[in-house]
Amino acid sequence: MKKLAQYTPFILPGLVLLFLIGLFARGLFLDPSKVESPLIGKPSPAFSLPELKQPDKRLDQSLFQGHVTLLNVWGAWCVACHEEHPVLVELAARKLLPIYGLDYHDDPQAALTMLEKDGDPYTAVLFDASGDVAIDWGVYGAPESFLVDKHGVIRDKYIGPITPEIIETRLIPMLQQLQAEP
Amino acid sequence: MIPELGHLALILALGLATAQAWFGLVGAQRRDGVWLAVVRPAAVAQALFVLGAFAALAYSFLTCDFSVAYVAENSNVALPWPYRITAVWGAHEGSLLLWVTVLALWTLAVARFSRHLPQEFAGRVLGVMGLVTLGFCLFMLTTSDPFMRLLPAAEQGRDLNPILQDPAMAIHPPMLYMGYVGFSVAFAFAVAALLGGRMDPVWARWSRPWTLTAWLFLTFGITLGSWWSYYELGWGGWWFWDPVENASFMPWLVGTALVHSLAVTEKRGAFKNWTALLAIAAFSLSLLGTFLVRSGVLISVHSFASDPRRGIFILSMIGVFVGAALTLYAWRAPTLARGGGFEPFSRETLLLLNNIFLVVAASSVLLGTLYPLFMDAFGLGQLSVGPPYFDAVFVPVMLPFLILLGIGPYVRWKHGDPAATARTLRIAGIAALLAGVVSLILMHGEGALMLGAGALLAVWIGGSAFIEPLAYLRRRRQGRHTTLSRATLGMCVAHLGAAALVLGISVTSLLGIEQDRVMRPGETASVAGYDFSFEGVHPEAGPNYEARQGIFRVSRRGRAVAEMRPEKRAFTTTETTEAAIEPGLFRDFYIALGNPLDQGAWSVRIQYKPLVRFIWLGGLLMMLGGILAASDRRYRARETAAATEYA
Repeated sequence: MKKLAQYTPFILPGLVLLFLIGLFARGLFLDPSKVESPLIGKPSPAFSLPELKQPDKRLDQSLFQGHVTLLNVWGAWCVACHEEHPVLVELAARKLLPIYGLDYHDDPQAALTMLEKDGDPYTAVLFDASGDVAIDWGVYGAPESFLVDKHGVIRDKYIGPITPEIIETRLIPMLQQLQAEP
Repeated sequence: MIPELGHLALILALGLATAQAWFGLVGAQRRDGVWLAVVRPAAVAQALFVLGAFAALAYSFLTCDFSVAYVAENSNVALPWPYRITAVWGAHEGSLLLWVTVLALWTLAVARFSRHLPQEFAGRVLGVMGLVTLGFCLFMLTTSDPFMRLLPAAEQGRDLNPILQDPAMAIHPPMLYMGYVGFSVAFAFAVAALLGGRMDPVWARWSRPWTLTAWLFLTFGITLGSWWSYYELGWGGWWFWDPVENASFMPWLVGTALVHSLAVTEKRGAFKNWTALLAIAAFSLSLLGTFLVRSGVLISVHSFASDPRRGIFILSMIGVFVGAALTLYAWRAPTLARGGGFEPFSRETLLLLNNIFLVVAASSVLLGTLYPLFMDAFGLGQLSVGPPYFDAVFVPVMLPFLILLGIGPYVRWKHGDPAATARTLRIAGIAALLAGVVSLILMHGEGALMLGAGALLAVWIGGSAFIEPLAYLRRRRQGRHTTLSRATLGMCVAHLGAAALVLGISVTSLLGIEQDRVMRPGETASVAGYDFSFEGVHPEAGPNYEARQGIFRVSRRGRAVAEMRPEKRAFTTTETTEAAIEPGLFRDFYIALGNPLDQGAWSVRIQYKPLVRFIWLGGLLMMLGGILAASDRRYRARETAAATEYA
């Protein structure tokens, strides 16, 4: 017993380390995608942006009124967006809901070329040259997508590329629920 | 082609680091002179390959090679060339490469300046550094390769985060990393000493200049970060206690304790175990800082979503390095001989108290930083710990620490003489009491007590820092043969920095004035004895925004002092506020435009921040003190002695 007390000061630092490592390991496996965006349940931030394909036309948050909408944040520079793109094109072809794009920090020519070459899933694309609207929406990095209900309230957020699996298991059930709401 | 060469260089560096670690550690264990002779060339070659890899990535940035995914994500053809270089460490992969590059620089320095050390000891030090390099190279190559190609190549890069397009922010990470990674040298020295079973004053003397150098870079890095957040993040704050800041502050606190405890080990042979433990702790906290900032466990929950392997890898690396070091410590430390004894009133006691206060302060910062994670991990809900917690726990720990700081240098080793110490310090003590009382009288009401304490401590520490240099000058004037070592001078300068820091913090936070008011063109506001007359707002075109610029003329008793032009910048969609800062050694003015009201009136925030510059001045003085102490002759003398020995 005496011996143990004698060695405690030398073993203690190791025990502290073990505890901290356990804590961090636990922290790593807390699912970050479960952390909800503070914007969920809030009305869409106000904006007024030009349309990518018709720059003299401006769109604002009223575009969400009356139907459930998917807002997809992307950019031609964004590697993961190229990966996500065919999935969106396919989703658009099913005509389940209108998809709006928010193209930020981008070269309009590069964005148009990408839509021409790989297909255009978007009903319209908001062009956010400075990236300020993306900041208002709390975008960490592209791609991110927001599901907005008939009254312009943000109801769900998808971080990272949308996959066919997310569409089937999360987006479509949520969409049906939102469409059933008054 | 160049990116592939960079990738190849990294792989070669990985192999060479393995050789460096193997021949260094095993060679020392087998006492094999031939194996040990391989270590230094392997270390130098390893470091050169790492530098080559860094140069390859920098070249890809300079030439806008958007076929490299990392370049495409963090640069842009419109980015000015200096920022293309600093964009190298603008995100995860590149900062890791910077980490290893800085480690390579330290490795080169150790390889160069370790020739006078016993071969086995130098082999072990370089061996441990090789292991650290090995870990980080492996981390980069398996989870975060900066040379990954993007096919087809992007036509345009995504651009560097605008926040990082700033000179101070561009050099802040390398300085911070010089400090973080520098503690790996102190760590390597401690582990080498534990392995060899020889922890003695000589070990402390060898590792002191390295530790001091790492510490002074970290000091500079933190000072730069604080200054940047003051002028860039806005609203006049200079320290926010956010996890990223804390991640650099904890190793600094422990590193400061280490610098002091090394002094005891060198001079008196005491505190060996404690010093070794602090060296391990300082490097562990540096790794932890890298983990916290890079893994996103605390800050942005997003950065990790894509690849949890990174967090697991770096966490395992901390586990292996620190776990192995602490196991070694638990095994070897109890057998080490105790150093010389000392009486309750002695410099050893005061330095021990210094260490205890610093470690308690570091622990309370660690607790506050990790508490949110702790709560989350045990499902107790999400919360954040803010400045109120840190101010409440940090200030009470620092008060006794700062009082002792003034006394410590004037207490003798082993057994001090309280009467002699009191005699030396009496003038500083009287001045400090006077300063405290005068501040109490001049400022009554809320905060007076804190201001009194701040003034007292600042004068106390500052006065104490002047005693030794003044005594030296007096002796010289009397024509006596006398010396003032750079180590002592460095200590005095660093302590003077602490005094400036304390003064800056207390005066700014307690005497600073912040006024929000509505002003019409032509109106004058009087703040802290200065008149701020508002001339109105006019439009001003920027490169990619339209600004409304306000003009304020600042005067004091009719004499013009400055003209300040805060702006509201309207970008296509949002508006930003660019405050105007009028800097001065003794005070800053800070004006921000609020909202336009009717008839040309504006809401305006005017801040008067006295002595705010003393905060960063204090940091710079501490760094200067570190430079002086690290360049002390007694460390260089060994070098020249060793050089003649080898010649």
